[in-house]
Amino acid sequence: MITISPIERILRGIAITLVILFFMFPIFWIFLMSFQTNETILRVPPSIVFEPTMSNYSALITGKLETNAGLLEFEFMRNLWNSFFLSVSSVAVGLLLGVPAAYAFARLKFRGSEDIAFTLLSFRFAPPLLVLLPLTIYFQQIGLANTYVGLIWVYQLIVLPLILWIVRGYFEDIPADVEHAYRIAGHSWAATFRKIALPLAGPGIAAAGLLAFIFAWNNFIFALVLASADKQPVTVGALAFVTASGIQYGQIAAAIVLSITPTLLLALYAQRYLVEGLSLGAVKG
Amino acid sequence: MRPPVLELIDVDKVYGFGRPNAVRAVEDLSLTVNEGEIVALLGSSGCGKTSTLRMVAGFEGVTKGKIKIAGREIQHLPPAKRGVAMAFEGYSLYPPLTVRENIAFALKSQRISPDEAARRVAEIAELMEISDVLERYPASISGGQQQRASLARALVRDADLHLLDEPMGQLEPQLRALLRGRIKHFIHERRLTAILVTHDQTEANALADRIAVMEEGILQQYDTPAKLKDRPANLFTGTFIGEPPMNVFPARVSSSERETVFDLGSGVSLKYPAAIFPPDLRSRLSQESDVCLGIRPHAVRLVDGGLPVTVSVVQWLGDQTHIAAQFASRTLVSVIHDRARFAPGNTASIAISAEDLHIFDADTGVAIGHGKVAA
Repeated sequence: MITISPIERILRGIAITLVILFFMFPIFWIFLMSFQTNETILRVPPSIVFEPTMSNYSALITGKLETNAGLLEFEFMRNLWNSFFLSVSSVAVGLLLGVPAAYAFARLKFRGSEDIAFTLLSFRFAPPLLVLLPLTIYFQQIGLANTYVGLIWVYQLIVLPLILWIVRGYFEDIPADVEHAYRIAGHSWAATFRKIALPLAGPGIAAAGLLAFIFAWNNFIFALVLASADKQPVTVGALAFVTASGIQYGQIAAAIVLSITPTLLLALYAQRYLVEGLSLGAVKG
Repeated sequence: MRPPVLELIDVDKVYGFGRPNAVRAVEDLSLTVNEGEIVALLGSSGCGKTSTLRMVAGFEGVTKGKIKIAGREIQHLPPAKRGVAMAFEGYSLYPPLTVRENIAFALKSQRISPDEAARRVAEIAELMEISDVLERYPASISGGQQQRASLARALVRDADLHLLDEPMGQLEPQLRALLRGRIKHFIHERRLTAILVTHDQTEANALADRIAVMEEGILQQYDTPAKLKDRPANLFTGTFIGEPPMNVFPARVSSSERETVFDLGSGVSLKYPAAIFPPDLRSRLSQESDVCLGIRPHAVRLVDGGLPVTVSVVQWLGDQTHIAAQFASRTLVSVIHDRARFAPGNTASIAISAEDLHIFDADTGVAIGHGKVAA
């Protein structure tokens, strides 16, 4: 047990408080904004004393907003569903393709395996806009523009390299002889992958899936270019609140709160897997 | 007649085959293991012994040659279909299972009834002294216990061939000596066949019926422990087997009708009546001029009126004394079983009997004669 002097403890407390304030304040402020009207949000000087209203949330849920310029219609709930559907599907496809590929890259050293793995990683280096222009033209010609399938496919550019490289590391950390011991006891290569490698890399796969989900959820540019209103995720959908007659800050804040809630809950829930994943190294012992 | 349990026929293993940095780990290895036999693959690190074992298990491909188990060619089969059990050097227990589950695991897939499996696990656990940790997880037991669990997991199985990779490297000396005896008994009692990889010659001598000595991927000699010691096939096995190692002296041999003389240089020579060597060895020796003489430290006798040596180091090891002395400008080690009567700087005198001489070809290292017998 390491003993800490009282002064050190106090200094640490202050430092942690400052960091938390710095990072949490914007989220806290957005949370407050989501219960205010545009008038109270924009008053000078700003104040945290206000009369809370649920109008932003009800407007988002009903999809109708009365503004002084007239009725504004949007499909926020649809966007939220799109985000959810696109992210979950992309991660599912990414795991389905990426986990076996990661296993192959970790266990089998074949000619050019490093080059292929690096090429897949390099998808993450390229600026998305560079890829998008030709991709849009192709997609329009083969009829994939503005379809879920097309979007999920493009999302693999984000999801697949991430899953592949994280999970590969976890597979490499499992001593090969643990799998050998299972195989020599009369099991096939495929059974070893299912029964030994997958469970042992489980926390790592969960961590990679979670991270990939967050990246997919936060994606903006692919969906902006390739999807029209009915396929758009929240990240793009929130643009609807920037109107010619003004910016609907209250709705934007409420939309942010609603759209970060799922990822936040997921991250909180999966935290223990992330920690478990990091301590997987104990297997080596 | 039943075919031998294992046959290796001209097996080659090349890592990075066809590339400029290719490494030839095993070269033209041919080896036969009979039913009920324990064979040790003995050699220093990188001699190809573990590569050989992993080729038999199926974790390394065979570059060239054939491997047969019970007469069936298996080099193209996956590990699961080869009918072998293996204990790994790194233990490789499954972390999410208890020690008991780890040991019983393979029995379950062999469709052995739960009662029978439980009985076998209890028996092997007692043998390995791990009965008290059966319900614990691998991460919570010591390295030595993990190693015994891994050994138990391999030995509990029914298999044509049991492969044991450095099975006792992590155990403390007393336990090692105890388990050696038990494992040997267990294997022989059940007529199991085992191959053991080790760099520890004591372990190989104690456990194995035959030892395959390997160096740089080449099988040097494959024989019983006694033969390896008494009749090493070449200078490598001669110096590798035996503790402390064999003393080696280059010598110029000259034979006449009456005498055979080994001139060790620096004015020192060993003289023997020619008649004590058999005619075939004498005729071999008459063709050679330069040989290497190997003399085991236990064969160097301290006598009165022998050849003079100058004692340089004396080590008392608790049950024997190692004396290093200057002899013919080289170091000669001798072992005696009582406390040494010598101190460094003393002069002693030694004698070496003709039957204790190991004579090797100076160029190739191949044995020419052992004692009074031609090789």
